[in-house]
Amino acid sequence: MMRRAVLIAVPYFWLMALFLVPFIIVFKVSLSDTALAIPPYVPTLEWRDFRTFLSQLDFENYIWLTQDDLYWKAYLSSLKIAFLSTLMTLAIGYPVAYAMACCPEKWRSTLMMLVILPFWTSFLIRVYAWMGILSNEGFLNQFLLWAGIISTPLTILNTNTAVYIGIVYTYLPFMILPIYATLDRMDASLLEAAEDLGCSRIGAFWLVTVPLSRNGIIAGCFLVFIPALGEFVIPSLLGGSRTLMIGKVLWEEFFNNRDWPVASAVAVVLLLILIIPIMLFQRNQQNQAEAGR
Amino acid sequence: MMRLSWFNVISLTLGFAFLYLPILILVVFSFNESKLVTVWAGFSTRWYGELLQNQAFLNAAWVTLKVAVFSSTLATILGTMAAYVLVRAGRFPGRTLFSGMVYAPLVMPEVITGLSLLLFFIGIGLDRGILTIVLAHTTFSMCFVSVVVSSRLVTFDRSLEEAALDLGCSPFDAFRLVTLPNIAPAVFAGWLLAFTLSLDDLVIASFTTGPSSTTLPIKIFSAVRLGVSPEINALSTILIAIVTVGIITASLLTKRNALGRGYDKKTVRRGQ
Repeated sequence: MMRRAVLIAVPYFWLMALFLVPFIIVFKVSLSDTALAIPPYVPTLEWRDFRTFLSQLDFENYIWLTQDDLYWKAYLSSLKIAFLSTLMTLAIGYPVAYAMACCPEKWRSTLMMLVILPFWTSFLIRVYAWMGILSNEGFLNQFLLWAGIISTPLTILNTNTAVYIGIVYTYLPFMILPIYATLDRMDASLLEAAEDLGCSRIGAFWLVTVPLSRNGIIAGCFLVFIPALGEFVIPSLLGGSRTLMIGKVLWEEFFNNRDWPVASAVAVVLLLILIIPIMLFQRNQQNQAEAGR
Repeated sequence: MMRLSWFNVISLTLGFAFLYLPILILVVFSFNESKLVTVWAGFSTRWYGELLQNQAFLNAAWVTLKVAVFSSTLATILGTMAAYVLVRAGRFPGRTLFSGMVYAPLVMPEVITGLSLLLFFIGIGLDRGILTIVLAHTTFSMCFVSVVVSSRLVTFDRSLEEAALDLGCSPFDAFRLVTLPNIAPAVFAGWLLAFTLSLDDLVIASFTTGPSSTTLPIKIFSAVRLGVSPEINALSTILIAIVTVGIITASLLTKRNALGRGYDKKTVRRGQ
């Protein structure tokens, strides 16, 4: 019994100390005043009793977030970029996952491995690889000029287009794998039954295959959407000065402006936006785990 | 399952070309003679030579390696414990909070995790350096380890552990002699995942690092901001090669392991 308590306590307290408590500190700092000091903030909260605690709550950093339109524009544009790139990833990932499930059994584990391998390769390097492809004298423009499709180089690097390409590219494995997992489990005789009952192949696809892969689609979309929303590396390397994403705003607020209280407020609001999709995602995972058993 | 149509073949080809062409171009052009990264001027290993002369990169690589080894080992121990608690420990007070804390870091934006850990380290007065990066990396990668390990634990037959206990094993011995050998491939895969996550992390390391301990991703990021350079191409190629060899070895090892188990089952059955 003693051993069991220790076994539970060690990871429990580790996560409490290094995951939960830091969030409470972020919340506390977001209510502080900015100061020219090290660390650059002055705490305004002190615990005496509950009533003085409530009266000390000072939301000026949050009010600031609503006053300067940089912030809400950044939130909106992050939501838009994350949403559209999730749809694009789905449009590219679904046919690939479907084709993998159609492949002969003996190829499948190799194909799986080929999808997973880029995920293990450095994220930073994979984003960096696109800088050489998308720049004005990059490979894409060289190819298009050579093929005679365009006569002057296109400006793609440092625009939102490059950010979309970067997100779709880096998160594609996260979309393919859960969809492939549900398609792989699907019973092929259901399709035969649908076709025997007079469905066309395309009809059977929409009426049987897509609904049966629903859980995979949902899991894949969340796995792309949630991290894409707070993305920092992709907009800062591939995006331009006009690319507004909240992860980048938070970074600049913290490292360039050294405004820790505002950066913390930005983080708290981002977390509030993410709580709903994160909870939906966990529920979907639980449903799937229960259905799998 | 289904027939492979021409549409499937095209989507597979295009999909995998999209996944691999950028990496391939990067690798090929790391062997380019010219300083201009997009113009081919002949084969050369010049940039690899210059990379080995670059003391700043070598120092950063050493720091990164130390952080990755310590944090992935710690994360594997803690993550395996967490997985065991989630799958085997049954009900205990605060279980919902615990499973929430295990799964939430998987999808938490790195900027938030990084910022919160930095404020925490400053709050408790810990000097920023290698130790703080190790603590930060351990925390987020232990969650990945516990997901990998718990998916293996769920499929593992619990009655084997119970048999060991009935035969007089202590709970710890039952874990060491029965459970651990069975989940070993997943534990190893978890360690490898934690190792590459740590090797790769830019955002959390940037927040939690001190002035004296720059990791490789931080170094690469500040160099890359100025544009594409042949030296970074060479460095990327080395990293890609290490990861690829590691993953292929690991998958061959686990495959042989699985085959070995299958063989054992067959011989046992034949013996009956």
